[in-house]
Amino acid sequence: MTRNEILEILRDAFPGRHLEADPDNNDGIRIPPPDLPEVAAFLKTEPSLDFNYLFFITAVDRLKALEVIHHLYSMGKGHHVILKTSLDRENPALDSVTALWPAANWHEREVYDLFGVRFDGHPDLRRILLPEDWEGHPMLRDFTHPNLIRRPDSPAEGRSEEAPGRGNPAS
Amino acid sequence: MRTEEYTLNMGPQHPSTHGVLKLVLTLDGEVVREAVPHIGFLHRALEKIAENRTYLQFIPITDRFEYLSSMSNNLAYCLAVEKLAQIPVPPRAEYIRVLMAELNRLASHLMWFSSMLLDLGATTPFIYAFRERERIMDIFEMTCGARLTYNYIRFGGVSQDLPPGFLEKMRLFLSAMKKGLPEYHALVTENPIFLARTRGIGILNPDLAVACGVSGPSLRGSGIAFDIRKAEPYSVYPELSFNIPTGTDGDVHDRYLVRMKEMEESVKIIEQALDKVPEGRYRTTLPQRIKPPKGEVFSRIEAPRGDTGVFIVSDGSEKPWRLKFRAPSFSNLSVLPHLVRGGRISDIMACIGSLDIILPEVDR
Repeated sequence: MTRNEILEILRDAFPGRHLEADPDNNDGIRIPPPDLPEVAAFLKTEPSLDFNYLFFITAVDRLKALEVIHHLYSMGKGHHVILKTSLDRENPALDSVTALWPAANWHEREVYDLFGVRFDGHPDLRRILLPEDWEGHPMLRDFTHPNLIRRPDSPAEGRSEEAPGRGNPAS
Repeated sequence: MRTEEYTLNMGPQHPSTHGVLKLVLTLDGEVVREAVPHIGFLHRALEKIAENRTYLQFIPITDRFEYLSSMSNNLAYCLAVEKLAQIPVPPRAEYIRVLMAELNRLASHLMWFSSMLLDLGATTPFIYAFRERERIMDIFEMTCGARLTYNYIRFGGVSQDLPPGFLEKMRLFLSAMKKGLPEYHALVTENPIFLARTRGIGILNPDLAVACGVSGPSLRGSGIAFDIRKAEPYSVYPELSFNIPTGTDGDVHDRYLVRMKEMEESVKIIEQALDKVPEGRYRTTLPQRIKPPKGEVFSRIEAPRGDTGVFIVSDGSEKPWRLKFRAPSFSNLSVLPHLVRGGRISDIMACIGSLDIILPEVDR
């Protein structure tokens, strides 16, 4: 099933919600953060979609916002979907999907650790890769640390006026 | 008599945790009540490094994610960048890549076979498996100069053509491998001590395996015939015939058997690919610094340990804006507490060994 067919099913199931196709990614669907738990539960339980496998959760720092990505896969149907939720960069928070896919447990801990996204309802939200007493979230683009030395040829942060990945989808 | 549970730290320095994994065990005598994995001891921020390197400069770093199958990591990353920048790959290069990926799968599974049995106390199989693995290392060395971190697969092909004498060396290796596999089975598979340590131990229910994101041979050991090489074929796998071995019970022994059978399948794939390698170019000529267009790309391959996925966000510059490496061992390890709970402390080693995790890939 293609992304657009999945989006049609979602729009029928959730009328009035702001669900839109992602221009950057052929598998991407942008959803408002508060709708994530309901949409995710529907994607998992609806037999024609059957997204039984959580491939990964990650985040992308878009400078203007923090984008969390849930990559879902259906082993039976063989289709993918990428859910994108755009969060406030200063206070990022999202509902946990650990109850739906236990695989989300460690992935959400990783996103919390590296990007600082708080997952509400997570059973055990603590740092996973970095030491417990680490300060800051290093995968944010503006993270600085005395030991982090930029290569001399590295362009300054925020090199493009526009956030990356807008338009011109290549995939 | 008053008894109470106690807590024991297993690792980070422990010979059978395959790197630096710490398990905090809650024990009732010898019975494991709870096991909490602590990871991150090998975190080198490789995904952060990617943001500060050009696309080409990152290939050698993919070797360091999972050092036992660097070819697969090279391939996963190169496939993603090629998809993003729409770089064509000549047919000869595709076959060379499949040859290398499958050779690397053999080398990786031989390493797993040796180390898992070492964990269980059997030292002899280690020597047998390394006899064959050494031949693979020699082949890699003559092909790309390295024995562990190959840095061989490049955008649009491979770094250099197959060396003179490669075919003869491969034929010798294949005949040695075909002689070696029955020897491993004779040594280990029906050994009563091995059976006692592996049958009915660490049972992974297929529903739990899917829910926890387990992939690769560990998933197939639970009876789910899922393999990216068949489900979403990449490179020239559609032109090669092979089977997907699966287990039935999902215990340690089944995961063992699946990997042993996978080695036979890899030998089959290599034999077919060797006969089919076409003449021609081994690489598309590209500039040193490539600038893929703005956009996002995702690609996944079947690495020896499961689904390796690479997700790249490009902002149109010569460095990736964000690179996510989805490592199979990360999800595979997260299922470990379910496997060892209620079992005995000595079975933990069998469970870790049968999941075939590799910590540099978990911690990245």
